[in-house]
Amino acid sequence: MSEKRLYGLAAIFDTPEKVVAAARAVAGRGFTKYDSYSSYPIHGIDSAMRLKRTRIPFVTLVAGLSGAVLLVLFTWWTNSVDFPLVIGGKPYFAWPDYVPLMFEMTVLFGAVSTVIALLVVWLNLPRNSHPLHDTEFMKKVSKDRFGICIESDDPRFNEIETRRFFEDLGAESVDSIYDEPVDISLRQKVLDPKFIAAIVVVAVVSSATTYLALNKMLLIRPWSSLNAQFKVNPESRSTFYSDRFGMRPPVTGTVARGHLPDPITVSDNIAAAEKYLVNPLLPTPHVMQVGQRDFNTYCSPCHGYFADGNSRLQGQFPSPPSLHTDSLRLAPDGLYYNVITNGFQGVMPSYARQIPRKERWAIVWYIRALQKAQNPNGPEAK
Amino acid sequence: MSRSEQIDASKLKGVPTSYSSVGWSLLIIGVVLMLVAFAINVRHASFSLIMTLTYVATIGTGALFWVGTEYVSSAVWSTALRRPFEFMAGVIPFLFILVFPLLFNLHTIFTWTHKSLFATDPTMLVRAPYLNVPFFIIRTILVIGVWCLFYFLIIRNSKLQDTTRDQRLTKRNVNLSAGFMPVFAITLTLFTVDWLMSLAPNWTSTVFAVYVFAGAALGAMAFGTLLIVKLNEKNRFPVKLTPDHYYNLGAFLFAFINFWAYIAFSQFMLQWYGNLKDETAWYIPRMHGSWAVVSIVLVLGEFLIPFFMLVSRAAKFNPRRLVFVSVWLLVAHAIDIYWLTMPEYNSSGAVFGLGEIAFLFLSAGIVLAVFAWKAKKNNMVPIGDPKLERGLEFHL
Repeated sequence: MSEKRLYGLAAIFDTPEKVVAAARAVAGRGFTKYDSYSSYPIHGIDSAMRLKRTRIPFVTLVAGLSGAVLLVLFTWWTNSVDFPLVIGGKPYFAWPDYVPLMFEMTVLFGAVSTVIALLVVWLNLPRNSHPLHDTEFMKKVSKDRFGICIESDDPRFNEIETRRFFEDLGAESVDSIYDEPVDISLRQKVLDPKFIAAIVVVAVVSSATTYLALNKMLLIRPWSSLNAQFKVNPESRSTFYSDRFGMRPPVTGTVARGHLPDPITVSDNIAAAEKYLVNPLLPTPHVMQVGQRDFNTYCSPCHGYFADGNSRLQGQFPSPPSLHTDSLRLAPDGLYYNVITNGFQGVMPSYARQIPRKERWAIVWYIRALQKAQNPNGPEAK
Repeated sequence: MSRSEQIDASKLKGVPTSYSSVGWSLLIIGVVLMLVAFAINVRHASFSLIMTLTYVATIGTGALFWVGTEYVSSAVWSTALRRPFEFMAGVIPFLFILVFPLLFNLHTIFTWTHKSLFATDPTMLVRAPYLNVPFFIIRTILVIGVWCLFYFLIIRNSKLQDTTRDQRLTKRNVNLSAGFMPVFAITLTLFTVDWLMSLAPNWTSTVFAVYVFAGAALGAMAFGTLLIVKLNEKNRFPVKLTPDHYYNLGAFLFAFINFWAYIAFSQFMLQWYGNLKDETAWYIPRMHGSWAVVSIVLVLGEFLIPFFMLVSRAAKFNPRRLVFVSVWLLVAHAIDIYWLTMPEYNSSGAVFGLGEIAFLFLSAGIVLAVFAWKAKKNNMVPIGDPKLERGLEFHL
């Protein structure tokens, strides 16, 4: 135990009028480190104590506004940039949707920060006790008395003079409050077998209850109402549709988002496709990069990185022809597209499932670039 | 302190003569401008007169709502401030005069009076039993009549108390006000549906009357705050008001700024999200072209800017700030009514002409002149009210 230190002098007054007058006198003397105590708010005590306005509303305002701003940034980034999702046919940045969330976040950030700021300021965290706790003074002011406590840290504090000052103000009693650091040793209690047993029992009981409630109880009527909805589950039968399929196929002619329909269906009419299909993409840097990436991934194992047939798998498979022959250089884009899509003569497989249509056309552009790099003055150059 | 010491009897009746003279000059200029506007373009002028009607009706019924609220909630702090609101509610009987020229013009204003619409549009066919000229006129007269009835009864009891000091009159007014609240909700709904919503007869919004009510309560509170703070700062109010009274007025303004924004946004977001043809048709003109500018001005003017002007505690104690925000909000309320009404006159772009100027002059003139007139005849403070003394000693 360390030595007792004088925390301050606490005076008790019996009427609110007296405590207001005393607070005015204490403030008039120039004391700064003091507080008044009462079990209910007293009109006029704020001005008598010459209290400055608290800064906590400022914390609330800043935290509330930052909550709103963070919400906008978060929703904008997740919904509009990182993973654009169309919800309800609205634009990616559908700001009216965000307003209720902004409101919620303003309230949440404002409220939580206010509470934290209050705790930090008022309880003087991380301190976890106060010298006035458990004193006769505190018991009296929480019942039917009013009090003022001047701290000994105050520059104008002098134990004898301040005591006399309080008595002149008409204090009922003046107590000396001592700051006693409390030695808190928990070890003995923590290792008590009864305590450990209690903890284990609580853990088992609460886990079992949670498990039973969430995994068993919720599956029994009437709590299982969410399970037994009048709806068709995925891959289940439906009595509503004549074909008994619960999952409905898309309407004929449905075009998937980002899907590029061919003007001529390649598998239907190969000759026409090869002749008339036109590359719908422009050879932008991005298209060339995609073409290069896909070519190196899917084509180069057999065709080689330069489309000359010199590849990693040479000898293990029938060697494909070089793409730098005159006839292939002059062949239409549709031929390449068709071969990627449908394969070639049973030797090269179809890549329709691996490579989306747009990327096939990007590969065609990359093959053209490879051809031109090998034969800058070839017949197709014109 | 006894009651006679608190009240300065020399200031009980009347306001500075400038109120009356400014009010009457605005009123006369407004009437002349409105007549000229009617001579130029009857349809445009009729829309301006609807705006005037709405502005005066919202200020008047909003004030009566605040008087009723004071009675119903047995509020003490506002007792000394009740009379200015009673004077403001004095415009209610004059709504008959404003509505009179419009009743002869229904065919030029409302598209639903055109029978051809009913023949082709199934939604209009459903509305035909409600939206027809005879029923419309009956409703309008009934609504304003009910407002007048409650106005006369409540104000008569309040005035009577000045001489008799009978406490039972307060009790009677509490009962009257409690009856007025639901009646006011229904009548204001009828009024807004008839005179504002039916301008776009295919459009519906169930929260529309609440939206107009929010503007009405806000406008009335702004006008009341302006008058009370001005009179008290010029030392013309018969009792001494404390900064705490100011704070409460400012807090009410702040609350109703937020309430208005909440309702306005709720209406907008639900219709924007639902994305149904009949509902969005009302918002589409307001979100494009020069009307979009008016919409943004409205959001800034009636919510964002006054919100930050009033958000701090010190602002609500500051009389100059309160006067400024009140004037600001009265203008914003006019823009609000303009935004509700005029896109139905010309959906392609904002219009501003003689009619709009007449609307501003006429509205300001009527409310100010009637206030000055009522203040001349009656006591500025309810000297017989049993709550008055406690109300003057109000502390936060």
